[in-house]
Amino acid sequence: MTQEIVKSDLVTLTIDGIQVSVPADTLVIRAAEQVGVQIPRFCDHPLLEPVGACRQCLVDIPDAGNGRGFPKPQASCTLPVAEGMVVHTQATSPVAEKAQQGIMEFLLVNHPLDCPVCDKGGECPLQNQAMSNGRGESRFAESGGVKRVYPKPINISAQVLLDRERCVLCARCTRFSEQIAGDPFIELLERGALQQVGIYERQPFDSYFSGNTIQICPVGALTSAAYRFRSRPFDLVSTPSIADLDACGSAIRIDHRRGKVMRRLAGNDPEVNEEWITDKDRFAFLAPRQDDRLTHPQVRDEDTGELRVASWPEAFAVAARGLKDAKKKVGLLPGGRLTAEDAYAWSKFARVVCRTNNIDFRVRPHSAEEAAFLASTVVLGAPGVGAVTYADLESARTVVLAGLEPEDEAGAIFLRLRKANQAHGTRIFSVSAVGTRGLAKTGGQLLPTVPGTEASAISALASDGEVALDAGGLILVGERLAGVPGALSAAAALAATTGARLAWVPRRAGDRGALETGCLPNLLPGGRPVADPGARVDLAAAWGVAGIPDNEGLDTDGILAELRTGGLDALVVGGVDPADVLALGGQSDKLLRKALKKAFVVALEVRSSAFTELADVVFPIAPSTDKAGTYVNWEGRVRSFGKVLDNPASLPDVRVLAGIAEERGRSIGVRTPEQAWAEMVQVGPWEGPRAATPTVVSTGSTDGGANGALVLSSWKQLLDDGRMQDGDDHLRATARRPVVLVNQATFDTLGVPEGDDVTLAGPLGSVRLPVAIGEVADGVVWAPASAPGVSIRHLVGPAGAVVTVEGGAQ
Amino acid sequence: MGTLKEQFWDPVAGFGVTFRTMFRKVVTEQYPFEKFPTAPRFHGRHQLNRWPDGLEKCIGCELCAWACPADAIYVEGDTNTDDGADGSGRFSPGERYGRVYQINYLRCILCGLCIEACPTRALTMTNEYELADTSRESLIYEKSDLLAPLLPGMELPPHPMLLGADEGDYYRGNLHPRKAEEGDA
Ligand code: SF4
Ligand code: FES
Repeated sequence: MTQEIVKSDLVTLTIDGIQVSVPADTLVIRAAEQVGVQIPRFCDHPLLEPVGACRQCLVDIPDAGNGRGFPKPQASCTLPVAEGMVVHTQATSPVAEKAQQGIMEFLLVNHPLDCPVCDKGGECPLQNQAMSNGRGESRFAESGGVKRVYPKPINISAQVLLDRERCVLCARCTRFSEQIAGDPFIELLERGALQQVGIYERQPFDSYFSGNTIQICPVGALTSAAYRFRSRPFDLVSTPSIADLDACGSAIRIDHRRGKVMRRLAGNDPEVNEEWITDKDRFAFLAPRQDDRLTHPQVRDEDTGELRVASWPEAFAVAARGLKDAKKKVGLLPGGRLTAEDAYAWSKFARVVCRTNNIDFRVRPHSAEEAAFLASTVVLGAPGVGAVTYADLESARTVVLAGLEPEDEAGAIFLRLRKANQAHGTRIFSVSAVGTRGLAKTGGQLLPTVPGTEASAISALASDGEVALDAGGLILVGERLAGVPGALSAAAALAATTGARLAWVPRRAGDRGALETGCLPNLLPGGRPVADPGARVDLAAAWGVAGIPDNEGLDTDGILAELRTGGLDALVVGGVDPADVLALGGQSDKLLRKALKKAFVVALEVRSSAFTELADVVFPIAPSTDKAGTYVNWEGRVRSFGKVLDNPASLPDVRVLAGIAEERGRSIGVRTPEQAWAEMVQVGPWEGPRAATPTVVSTGSTDGGANGALVLSSWKQLLDDGRMQDGDDHLRATARRPVVLVNQATFDTLGVPEGDDVTLAGPLGSVRLPVAIGEVADGVVWAPASAPGVSIRHLVGPAGAVVTVEGGAQ
Repeated sequence: MGTLKEQFWDPVAGFGVTFRTMFRKVVTEQYPFEKFPTAPRFHGRHQLNRWPDGLEKCIGCELCAWACPADAIYVEGDTNTDDGADGSGRFSPGERYGRVYQINYLRCILCGLCIEACPTRALTMTNEYELADTSRESLIYEKSDLLAPLLPGMELPPHPMLLGADEGDYYRGNLHPRKAEEGDA
């Protein structure tokens, strides 16, 4: 029986005299790969729809399976196999070979042949296939033919450059933009010899995924401003790695030359990011090369009060002494950018050396409810033990997004959702105040929700006939939901009542790893609850220590509050953007600044920041390229990567913390990422009872609506003013222009034309930004939390704040 | 005891050779006091050539570095700009020029494969063979050491293309002083 099914699925054909059986609907070009014949190609790409645009893949088909052959060579990339088909490729057929050579000659007629100055030179399918499947001589140039020329190159966005002379019109770039990214701002224009890739004159190629077109262009027609003329393929040493700028865990390839990263490319991981990455993953790699990179440990000089360069042993000793004086009144903010190994070291350092649970990786709006939610529902989830995966996104019937804007916050999720929607109409709903362009591209529907009322909106979904969430559904909650009391409880309850599966999507690469390794006040490594004596004993035994602090620690808000009031004497802080802390601190940042000056602060940082300025001891930390490590992505998938560069000036967090610990006389037992990983495996996950799911009841109210006041909806966009994107001005120039987004009703009250500046005022102050009309819930206004030059979260207020919008001159 | 021939005539014959040579032309070269020209196509130190207006021929393509079997050449390319606002400007016709160009003469085996690889004839070899020095650093020649001297009529780059409208004119040998109305690019 099974045999029969298998048989009926396979089609047998003969390619170059070799019989091969492949699944029905396989394209001839891929069937030929099975017998080891590489048919030359340009437009064909496994993840794009076939088009047959370049004609390079012509083969001779004497028998199409019905006894009759095709009279002329056929494009093998658009032709599905048929039972009994006979195919002759260039390997055996002079007809196919001559046809391919003819096409190659045509493609080269107008090609500028400027390989020496072309970035693709040396890794160019056109170069390679012209050598393998082309004629040596051009009859066109010999007979005095004149090539058509274009000015070169032209910018189609700040980052992407187009050289139309080199283009072979394969339409890979346009098909990617239309089919995969859903940003059809690049198209084939004109006809015949003048056909060219182009953009609408006044509209740049505006896409978060534009870099992928550069990578898949089979010639050097699309290049990036970032990599332009930087190096040659033979200069580069390539290392597979994992993108460190979001929680997607995308596979990338890092190419470096002489100790400097030259570029990043998308890796190929069908289970995660397929072959695509966001422009941020691709281009934002210059931050560690900025002038403010720390290269030496520093300590504050007792006499002058200034930071001065110190040796590693001295810095370790000073840090250990300061922490000893602070006793247990220490808080630790490791930040969300750590590798899992480094996070483990932080977690163990807090418990074993500082003997405290005051550790929290969240430096953004958070709550005790969120910590409970993470402990009960998220931690220890992984592909294979029931957690939601990318494959699940692709096959789900319904996906509900809450507090998550995938295009801005998790690019790989966005592309998967779009693929699912395009392929089989996965229904996508977003519990949000704004129907974004990203949501429209995934075919999604907005469930308009005023910020602050997400909890009741989520609860209402249980009985919503239209959304009809059931066991085939998924709920993706973003980290922003932590700012809304009751929302995460409601999401967990919704999952429980409907049977839909739930996943938590943080923004930063290290967030999930920090959760798994217990960088939370209520969790220990391996998902062990602090409150569970059994878990504490288990861990203490594994670590060989007398005991683990048994009281739940302070979260970030608590740590900052205690610092202000003098309840904590020391702070260990790493990879934390001071702007984020000050955003949490609100207006009281002066108080906080004073408190930080007074407290003993140890900063573990890659680059100097406001924190290192305030710190008493500063350690230079290796960025992700300079150390091996592991990120855990939102699925719970383990994504390990190796070291790219050797740079002895800085060390991984684990080595620094081990150094301090040893000076303090309390070892953390591991010194390298490898040792940390080995110990993590040994300590293992907690198998005992999990903490209870939080049941916070939403207050459900919002203060908006009264006398023209509006509620602010806001999140960080993919490209903003973040420090990790420093150094690539071209990339930053492709960031979306900040606007104040309102709906038609609100817009009508403003009395200004669209695009004019309006004043957005909130608890922290006001900014003037152009106004735009969009699909926004009533009583809500949207503005980007962070954007180059304008950070609404510092200038106006956090999401959920009550704001006013006024038109007219200031 | 040998014969009379062995005892007397053989040593005299030996001194005969010495004696005869005294009247021959000496083959010893008085290097370094007297320099002897090399064969015209001798592979000596490299030179980076210029166009007649002084622009560099090197386009920073790295093909020489690629061809080099001894890995002696290091090149970094960069973009020519015509506005020159950021202090860079134009060093060669076309889009790209060699910003960094180094040849390590401790490695170079003077095989000339780089010369064959050069697509613009920017890189050629001189007959200069005095490549010895006392430190490693001094034997890594920089672009400034390798560039051909400015001849009369040449102008020190960066400057606009003076002899053609675009790089095509340069490569095709279609060089003519640009008329005023063509303007500076
Ligand atoms: S620009 Fe590149 S990817 Fe786009 S059509 Fe031309 S050759 Fe193809
Ligand atoms: S690869 Fe088949 S037509 Fe382009």
